[in-house]
Amino acid sequence: MVEKALFTILMEGVFIKNFLLIQFLGLCSFVGVTKDVKSATGMSGAVIFVMAMSSTASYLLYTYVLIPMNMEFLGLISFIVVIAALVQLVEFVVRKNIPALYRSLGIYLPLISTNCAVLGVVLLNVLYEYNFIQSVVYGTASGLGYMVVMLMMSAIRERSLLVHIPSFIRGLPQAFFIATMLSLAFVNYFWVIPL
Amino acid sequence: MNVVSEIIRGITRDNPIFGLVLGLCPTLAVTTSVENAIGMSAGTAFVLIFANIFVSALRKQIPSSVRLPIFIIIIATFVSIVDMIMEAYFPPMYAALGVFIPLIVVNCIIIGRAEAYANKNNVFSSFIDAVGISAGFLLVLMLIGGIREILGTGQIVTFGYTLISLPLNPAVTTMILPPGAFLTIGTLMAIVNYKKAQKRAKGG
Repeated sequence: MVEKALFTILMEGVFIKNFLLIQFLGLCSFVGVTKDVKSATGMSGAVIFVMAMSSTASYLLYTYVLIPMNMEFLGLISFIVVIAALVQLVEFVVRKNIPALYRSLGIYLPLISTNCAVLGVVLLNVLYEYNFIQSVVYGTASGLGYMVVMLMMSAIRERSLLVHIPSFIRGLPQAFFIATMLSLAFVNYFWVIPL
Repeated sequence: MNVVSEIIRGITRDNPIFGLVLGLCPTLAVTTSVENAIGMSAGTAFVLIFANIFVSALRKQIPSSVRLPIFIIIIATFVSIVDMIMEAYFPPMYAALGVFIPLIVVNCIIIGRAEAYANKNNVFSSFIDAVGISAGFLLVLMLIGGIREILGTGQIVTFGYTLISLPLNPAVTTMILPPGAFLTIGTLMAIVNYKKAQKRAKGG
């Protein structure tokens, strides 16, 4: 594979191949948890944290356990187990040591183990053959990209509550129309920044 | 229990996309063409049917406190099988669907049906439920894929056969890019909501 600069990976994760708007990963939370800015912030914080952690853990597992034992076919199952265990562990540690953080992030943590964005970043790391540092950077960058879009989306949705629109568009269709506009903006990064 | 009405329920009232609003990621990501939509639905249907059968068959043995991890392991096993079959026998399709084949494992439709239906019903009704839900998923994906492909490229080409060709010049390329997916599903959902509201107004 071509050696990619870390900055390139960062920009790809945050903007060019944004998880929500370009790659369509993690959409359940995108339409589900963006009704107000506060919960969107909490969810994004938890996602950044878990994405960075699971990129690290799954890289170590894949490179030092599965490949030496020729068990790459178990990759998918073991990644899921790792993510689920990690989410449990994070929940446990945060609840015990940082109660304030737990109160704001706590309810979002269980949602994350079934979030396709987290498993997606782990699988993409394997697919792109990223090394350790690259995997960690890509995981964190994807989480940041997720946060950028979640915050934009929730802020727009909060304001659009006061707008008069037909009742059959309110809710999900409206969320998708807003996403269309945001996605149009993000798609243009493909051409603006030729990487 | 009526087999036909159960399958129709999967397509209409319990439709995974418009009724239950589950599994949005693959719905939007792979529907750039009808062909991809069919491939994705076939993979999902395989996993859904087998996961429902196994969960239902084992429902008396699975302790309810650890049922979710067990469901996930069952689902992940079948997803791995689909992943390997697709990679071996349908390489172009596998390349087009990419990371979304392994991601079937976190598709909420499958674990949702395991939890809400297969865990409480016998093997045969779980099988029928899975067939109905898969049919609903296939139809929605083909509809979205069809709309995007015909507007985005001006024609529908499926497995080498040109089904429809429109004199669309220039084609609306945006429709096969990510924004097209959001626009299509938003419009379809608005139409579904409108029809539902109309029905409710008539009934009440």
